[in-house]
Amino acid sequence: MNLALRDVRHNLGRFLLTCLGLGLLLGVVLSMIGIYRGLVDDALTLVRAPAADLWIVQSGTRGPFAEASRIPGDVREMAARLHGVADAGSMTFQTAETEHRGRALRLYVVGFEPGRPGGPARLAAGRPITRTHYELIADVRTGLELGERVQLGRDDYTVVGLTRNQVASGGDPVVYVTLLDSQRLQFQLDPPAARREQARGAKPAGTDTVNAVVARVLPGVPVERVAGEVLRWKHLAAVSQEGQEALLLQSVVEKARRQIGLFTGILMTVSAVVIALILYTLTMDKVKEIATLKLIGAPDRTIVGLIVQQALAMGVIGWSFGALLILLVKDVFPRRVLLLPEDAGLLALAVLVVCIVASGLGVRLALKVDPATALGG
Amino acid sequence: MDRPLVDLQGVAKTYGSGDAAVHALKDTDLAVYPGEVVGLLGPSGSGKTTLLNLVGCIVEPTRGRMALDGEAVFEDGRWLRPDLRALRLEKLGFIFQFHNLLPFLTAGENVAVVLDLAGAPRGVAQARARELLDYLQVGHRFDAYPAKLSGGEAQRVAIARALANRPRIILADEPTAALDSERAGIVLDLLRQVAVEQRAAILVVSHDEKIFNRFDRMVMLRDGRVVEAQTAA
Repeated sequence: MNLALRDVRHNLGRFLLTCLGLGLLLGVVLSMIGIYRGLVDDALTLVRAPAADLWIVQSGTRGPFAEASRIPGDVREMAARLHGVADAGSMTFQTAETEHRGRALRLYVVGFEPGRPGGPARLAAGRPITRTHYELIADVRTGLELGERVQLGRDDYTVVGLTRNQVASGGDPVVYVTLLDSQRLQFQLDPPAARREQARGAKPAGTDTVNAVVARVLPGVPVERVAGEVLRWKHLAAVSQEGQEALLLQSVVEKARRQIGLFTGILMTVSAVVIALILYTLTMDKVKEIATLKLIGAPDRTIVGLIVQQALAMGVIGWSFGALLILLVKDVFPRRVLLLPEDAGLLALAVLVVCIVASGLGVRLALKVDPATALGG
Repeated sequence: MDRPLVDLQGVAKTYGSGDAAVHALKDTDLAVYPGEVVGLLGPSGSGKTTLLNLVGCIVEPTRGRMALDGEAVFEDGRWLRPDLRALRLEKLGFIFQFHNLLPFLTAGENVAVVLDLAGAPRGVAQARARELLDYLQVGHRFDAYPAKLSGGEAQRVAIARALANRPRIILADEPTAALDSERAGIVLDLLRQVAVEQRAAILVVSHDEKIFNRFDRMVMLRDGRVVEAQTAA
């Protein structure tokens, strides 16, 4: 006879409510893990989109994702001529804000040269950019739709293609425009400001500047060798794709990762304390029943089983509630929540361990219950 | 004469030590025979509950010798059986003042759980539970939870639980305290019937004068000593 199951059956409403509360807590833990995974994936998706082997950036810097990096536009031609380089493309990165359907819309604008490395890896809808100006490819998270027009700087752009999961590490959705458009957006002054600059005799600033050049290396050519040549002869910095990803994670996401990790740890600790308290309280409520069981001859394993099985059931049901909740609401979060099966599995395992450890308090109490408690009023 | 099912010789229980020592039970001899219903009477603090706890192997005697169902279980200041819960499961049945049914089990399950703990197959435990509840005229409440039973029904289910494993010794602590005199009489008659039919020894702690005439014998305790043992009128 499974006493744990019968006790749960008898107090089903209270048990399920307790599980629901625990589920909400575990849902928050799961969402924190998902937000972290989303943060990392977003950051890496953008840097992986050009499918480059090498990032050539301003000397003394670690690239546009870590700090400001500006290099002349003709670096692309120089890089393309290097021995072992198959293809190269210039890129710019900047944040822009516009208005869309009456609401402010922050965008991460990536400029690239159509036909060269740097553009989106694949489109979810629409077509690639085919004109030199005023076309853009937007991530679906922008809320922009195909054919819609949106103002960037002083110009209107038409949405011709859509991507998915292209989000900057700050959470802003990405739009791709041509390099020329992005340079205009970055450097072109408003007419009054341009007139003022002209009036004070300043020469128009050159706009052929990019933030990075991405290069693809021929098969069999060591990336380190090409990077060494860039560093030695061209007085620029070159970072391999792996290096760029590592830098991005260390520089940009590291603090967020540690913050979320710490918060997740605190939440897990809170969950453990809550589970322990719930089990202790449930055991306290059953002191007389436990004493009766001991008096009629129930061995300790039966009583321990009653508590531990309920703890495990609470963990499993609470985890399921939490996972279901996050699966249902994950798209409501402003940042992407990426739920990986292995993370959910690890959390389930951690919850089971926590439940077993946390049930220790209740088990200790139960084992100390004097059978004589069952006698008398 | 039969061998006593409960046999206490010079059993004493002292709580604490030195000046703080409380002698709850002093050198007590007691024998209860098969088929006997013995009342354990006395004012509060006289040692009735301590005596019941000692026979129930819940409390360890300070000294003396104790044998249950012919088996010496305590002697020379130590228990002779390592697993007292198994001993209780095997030889003893308990009836409490407030029935103490497990609230999350139905009436039938409350009876069957004893057999389940003893390792009986589910079918056997269920059949025995039904048989006992029918015998005690509460078979129709087999699937009811304790909260849905009347006081008399709950106490009869508790008696069925105490009898489930066919114990030779039944210890009852104020079994009629929560019942009116009519139901109290029915419960005592049931216990007497069990004592006779199963050749069991029944030890009942009670303050309830209404049921004194149902005991075969009454043992009077005062200040931890047996002061009088008399046959009921």
